[in-house]
Amino acid sequence: MSSIDYTLHLADNALILGHRNSEWTGHGPILEQDIALSNIALDLIGQARYLYQYAARQTGKPEVTEDSLAFLRDAWDYRNCLLVEQANGDWGKTILRQFFFSAYQFFFYERLQHSTDNELAAIAEKSLKEVTYHLRWSSEWTIRLGDGTEESNRRMRAAMDQLWKFTGELFIPASYEKIAAAVDLSSIKPLWEERVSEVLLQARLEKPAAGWGQTGGKEGRHTEELGYLLAEMQFLQRAYPGNEW
Amino acid sequence: MVNTKEIWSLLEQVNDPEVPVLSVVDLGVIRDVRTRGDEIEVILTPTYSGCPAMDAIRMNIRMVLLQNGYKDIQLTTVLSPAWTTEWMSERGKEKLKVYGIAPPLPLQQVCTPGLFHREEAVACPHCGSYHTSLISEFGSTACKSLYRCEDCREPFDYFKCH
Ligand SMILES: [Zn+2]
Repeated sequence: MSSIDYTLHLADNALILGHRNSEWTGHGPILEQDIALSNIALDLIGQARYLYQYAARQTGKPEVTEDSLAFLRDAWDYRNCLLVEQANGDWGKTILRQFFFSAYQFFFYERLQHSTDNELAAIAEKSLKEVTYHLRWSSEWTIRLGDGTEESNRRMRAAMDQLWKFTGELFIPASYEKIAAAVDLSSIKPLWEERVSEVLLQARLEKPAAGWGQTGGKEGRHTEELGYLLAEMQFLQRAYPGNEW
Repeated sequence: MVNTKEIWSLLEQVNDPEVPVLSVVDLGVIRDVRTRGDEIEVILTPTYSGCPAMDAIRMNIRMVLLQNGYKDIQLTTVLSPAWTTEWMSERGKEKLKVYGIAPPLPLQQVCTPGLFHREEAVACPHCGSYHTSLISEFGSTACKSLYRCEDCREPFDYFKCH
């Protein structure tokens, strides 16, 4: 079975979160953290490029490129999970979104670097080192804000209310995640839960009970947020097709 | 026939645009140089996935080789094994220090996701003091973090272990 959809799913996750983070560039609460989030955005977009290049090669069509995949597909073609497309909100929501996703991506890449697909394995091996920094940074900030002031704790609880329902989707495999090269999501779920519990405890944030979760992103059914993001990200290529730097 | 040794010495002239004291050879991103007749293949690996310098580096390698009369040039990117700061040459680390950037320490626990782990003493490249503190894990580029010296009070970049 082809791994094009699987590769696109991974690329879309990285690109969409990378783009969300890049929206903070020039707007971070302090210079150092503005730079930190911009660097995380760069890492993720760089990872997305390798994945799109690989997906493009797999199609065997010369007209399909990393750019056409990123800039000329519509929302229903995107395979990213709902968590990464959620709007930035305040700093707390951005941090919590990053923490939930980095914790997932860390254990995910740890497995994917042993995939039977050598290309995906190499991209995972490369990316894992970067995600290690993302996970530590976002874990520490989650603790700093949750266990910070009354106001920062209130905002983190509000962020939890908005984001928790999107975390379940990470571990529900889509049809294209059942190929041999794919990571077994059930094997990383307990690792994710352990890390999340550990950090939330230190952050004095209550971990919500497992409950109803929103799904669909991986199959192309997205929240409203993705449309606005794509409208901005894709504007230039759609207005001036084929334009390059 | 192409002389591989000469290609390597030409690559020594190509600098990292973001840390211009380091050549791409010092940086450790050139994995191999292969030749077949007049064809040259330079195999390189990125430092960080999103490093914007990589495109410039690729272009500059091509330019230098073209300027020296080589026409049949292929640049191949490989990702595995992933680049690590251990691949930076000792000469490169020395050059960094003179330039005012603290060179990477040997790999250690800071490359794990453990919470609140910090590098062991990073020496100030200006005065040599180990009395330094981290300002930000992410610095002016993905490969650096930002430190401050508590003795001479100068801020400085640390090329972080990776
Ligand atoms: Zn000093």
